[in-house]
Amino acid sequence: MEEYMLILRHQDGAKIASPEQMQIWMKQTMDWIGAISAKGKFVSGTGLLFDGSKVVWPHGVVTDGPFGEIKETIGGQMIVKADSFDEAVEFAKGCPVLQGEGNSVEVRRIAKNDGTHK
Amino acid sequence: MKDYLLVYRADYTTIPDRTPEEAAAMTKRWMDWIGSIAAQNKLTDRGQRLAASGKVVKNESTVTNGPYAEIKESIGGYSIIKANSYEEAIVLAKGCPVFTQGGNVEVREISPM
Amino acid sequence: MQQPELIPHLFRTEYRKIIAVLCKRFGFEQIETAEDIASETFMTAAQTWGLQGIPQNPVAWLYTVAKNKASNFLKRQAVYNHKVVKDPAVNEDTSTMPAYEIDLSPQNINDSQLQMMFAICHPAIATEAQIGLSLRILCGFGIEEIADAFLSNKETINKRLFRAKEKLRSENIAIELPELAQIDERLGTVLATLYLLFSEGYYSVSNNKTLRKELCFEAMRLCYMLVENKHTNKPPVNALLSLMCFHASRFEARLDRNGELILYEEQDTSLWDADLISKGGYFLNCSASGNQLSKYHLEAAIAYWNTQKDDTKEKWEAVLQLYNRLLQIEYSPIAALNRTFALSKANGAPEAIIEAEKLQLTNNHFYFTLLGELYTGINNRKAIQHFQQALALAKTNTDKQVIQKKLDKIAH
Repeated sequence: MEEYMLILRHQDGAKIASPEQMQIWMKQTMDWIGAISAKGKFVSGTGLLFDGSKVVWPHGVVTDGPFGEIKETIGGQMIVKADSFDEAVEFAKGCPVLQGEGNSVEVRRIAKNDGTHK
Repeated sequence: MKDYLLVYRADYTTIPDRTPEEAAAMTKRWMDWIGSIAAQNKLTDRGQRLAASGKVVKNESTVTNGPYAEIKESIGGYSIIKANSYEEAIVLAKGCPVFTQGGNVEVREISPM
Repeated sequence: MQQPELIPHLFRTEYRKIIAVLCKRFGFEQIETAEDIASETFMTAAQTWGLQGIPQNPVAWLYTVAKNKASNFLKRQAVYNHKVVKDPAVNEDTSTMPAYEIDLSPQNINDSQLQMMFAICHPAIATEAQIGLSLRILCGFGIEEIADAFLSNKETINKRLFRAKEKLRSENIAIELPELAQIDERLGTVLATLYLLFSEGYYSVSNNKTLRKELCFEAMRLCYMLVENKHTNKPPVNALLSLMCFHASRFEARLDRNGELILYEEQDTSLWDADLISKGGYFLNCSASGNQLSKYHLEAAIAYWNTQKDDTKEKWEAVLQLYNRLLQIEYSPIAALNRTFALSKANGAPEAIIEAEKLQLTNNHFYFTLLGELYTGINNRKAIQHFQQALALAKTNTDKQVIQKKLDKIAH
């Protein structure tokens, strides 16, 4: 069993939804996580603010970020357990973030059980 | 639409004292009448009632107790109404309760400023 | 784990507070930024609470996030002013400056909302724009809800709000309470707007009953804020609140399940809200100080009599006199018609017929309905004629049904 990180990207974090849509979205996220948890495969999740972030560069340079070149912002991340990349991708497919046009979920295997990282 | 001044006159000295019920009935007649004009959107200013006592200043040295010694009728109040013509203003004036007191209504067109 | 309508509920109660405080802080030049920050705060909440669960104190969570977003914005702006505009007044070290703190204390929230009410209800702003801005900024209504209430679409409402905000900026309207000496005068506009807001809900063409009710209660909440502040707690404010309480007491009784109107005579009085009626009485008493008799006083007194269903002579005489006085302060066709109806109850139908025929409101179906009613039993042929004229003028199905019912009654 490996751990995978799902990175929830929003095309435009400031896009305004109605409170009712937000409510549905929150509930869908909860249900989505609930289904993953029910399989014992949820590890953790965190929401991120859409602004006020900083990017730290070499030589002590700090800029306001994260949206330098890309318009997308990261709205949240979560870690799941999965037997394969395919299974992690299947989990990602259910993410409510994907209902938004242009949004995406990046799936990355966490490097720790690969023999080089302990 | 022009404004017309209605001046209510009556000989208030000959009006007998009224019981509270009669006074209330009179007030109602006035209210219903002015309300009727207002309901037709023809009231510009409900105007004022004037108190019975008054003074008349004739020149710098002559001041008499009034309101108007020579004639019996005195002005009891006034209102300003809107009408298209004298005829219409007169129709509006015709329901005035002052007639039940033997009084009259003087109708005057107000000249525009 | 999940709470069914948490976010819409919090949006309704907290969005307006956040936006009032931020607008007050930023000024109307940055009203869009304030709106963005408030909206983003809720977006962030929806995402984060979805992933991590609902925090113990959701309101405090929202305030913290909104504060951070707002102070980040202020800092960025200060840096920009320093570096780009070269404003020497701005210190580069922005991290320690308390000036970027956002005050979301109950006191500041309340003050900001009250000041915002006076700013939006400024005489320079068109009435329609005042209503739209009030719904959006003072009541936290979504664009869709506002569109629904006005039977309009989102684009139209957005355009209308955009223009209204431009006006707030171009007129340079300050978010503050007027000088004490001007409060009475400025209150006039505020009360007029609140009354319209209430009427929008009470008489709305929208069939969305929940929404209509919320509009009414929002107007009452804003009016109550004025009552709670010692500078704005004036007799006409209490009179308006009393009027709203009396009207709202019949809310459940006057609309059926489909949002269709149930006429006063046919209402189930057990559905009248006794609590609101007694509140109406309370505020009516509070309004009876000073020597100012506003139209709200008269309308509240009429509304009080409407909570007395018994058809007594005393009731209709009182209502007639109140309408007589109301019409002297402000004419409206509906007041003229109501006055004539009261006249028929107090002085009899023959007199009322003469009076009604003087009104000549010949493009108003209520006018012919009233004449039809007055003639019923006196001259049924004329009554039918008038009802038919009313039917031809009536626009909504509800109105037509009501008139048809009256026609059917005569025929039988």
